[in-house]
Amino acid sequence: MNPENFLILAAILFSIGSVGVLTRRNALIAFMCVELMLNSANLAFAAFAQMHGNLDGQVAAFFVMVVAAAEVVVGLAIIVMVYKTRRTTSVDDANLLKL
Amino acid sequence: MNPALIPLVTGTEVTFWICAPLMVLGALGLVLFRKAVHSVLSMVVVMINLAVLYAALDGPFLFVVQIIVYTGAIMMLFLFVLMLVGVDKPDSAVETIHGQRILGIIIAVALAALLIYAIGGAVTQPPVGMDAANAAEGGNVPSLAGVLFVRYMFVFELTAALLITAAVGAMVLAHHTRVTPKAGQRVLSDERMRAYAERGEHPGTLPSSGVFATNNSIGAPALLPDGSVAERSVSRTLVIRGAALDAADLAGAEENFRAIEAQRDIDKEDDE
Repeated sequence: MNPENFLILAAILFSIGSVGVLTRRNALIAFMCVELMLNSANLAFAAFAQMHGNLDGQVAAFFVMVVAAAEVVVGLAIIVMVYKTRRTTSVDDANLLKL
Repeated sequence: MNPALIPLVTGTEVTFWICAPLMVLGALGLVLFRKAVHSVLSMVVVMINLAVLYAALDGPFLFVVQIIVYTGAIMMLFLFVLMLVGVDKPDSAVETIHGQRILGIIIAVALAALLIYAIGGAVTQPPVGMDAANAAEGGNVPSLAGVLFVRYMFVFELTAALLITAAVGAMVLAHHTRVTPKAGQRVLSDERMRAYAERGEHPGTLPSSGVFATNNSIGAPALLPDGSVAERSVSRTLVIRGAALDAADLAGAEENFRAIEAQRDIDKEDDE
C-alpha cells in the first residue's frame, strides 16, 4: 500500500500532539503530548524504512524510543519535584522565575 | 504469481484503515479529556495501535519494543506518577493567555497542512518493502542487530551513557536531604496528647467509614449514634475529588434507624 497514508497519519498525530502541548495546563498531559509527537515521528521513520527498503529507519525509531525513555525518567522526576514544592502539576503555577 | 491472484486489498491496508481512525480518536481523547487518567488510557490506545502498525510495516522488533517499552513501561510510569501527585481535580478550563486555545488549534492545523503537503511530495517511487532488508541476516531482529551493532555501534554506546545519565539525574532529583529530624513514635504521641490537651482533638484513631450507613463504600461517611455525620470518617482526597457520598443522599438512613428501633421494641415485647 502507499506509504503516503502512514506519513499523513504521522503528520495528523504530530499536529494533535502539538495542540495538546500548546493548550493543556496539566504538566503530565502536556508531557504525554510530547510523547505522542515523538511516536508519530517514529511512525514516519518506520514508514520511510518500508518505503526505501532498508533498516536505517527502524534503527532510528529504536533510538528515538531510547531517548524518549530517558527523557520520561528525568521529566517525570522534575514534575514530581515541582509537585513536592508547589503542590500542583499545573504549568501555570510554576512561575517562580517570572518577573 | 498469477496477476489475478494478487489481492486488491492487502493486509497492511486493512490494518491501517482499522488502526488509523482509532489512533486519531485516541490522540483526540488525549488532548480533550479533562481527567488525566482518561488521557493516559487513551494514550495507551494510541500506542497499542501504533505497535500494530509497526507490525504491518514489517517491523516485528519495533512492534514488541513499542508494547513492552512504551505501553508497558513508560505509560505505566506516567500512571504511577499520576497516582503519586494525586488525581485531585480535573484540569482547569480557564485560559491564562486570552485566545491561546484558538491560536494553538490554528497553528496545529497549519502545521498539519504544511506537513501533509511537504511529506506528501516525499513519496516519489513505489515502496520497496522490507522483505529484502529483513532477509539479509535471516529475519528482522538479526538484520536490525547487524545494522545497530556495526554501523550505529558508536551511537548505541552513546545511548548507554544517556540512559545512565538519566538514571543518575532521576536519583539526584528524587533525593532530598532532610532538614528536620524525622518525627518518631514518641514525638508523634506527645503531639497528639498536646493537641488533645489544648484543642480537645480526639487522640485515638479516626472513625472508619460507613459504619452506621446503608453503604459499605469508603466514600460513605459514618453516621454517629445520633444520626449526624462523622466528618473525619471519609478521606479528604475523596472529598476533594467529589467521590464522597453526601450523608443526606444515604437514602433511608433515617428510616433504617427507625426500623431498627421499631424491631428492637418488638423484640423487647416478645421477651416480655
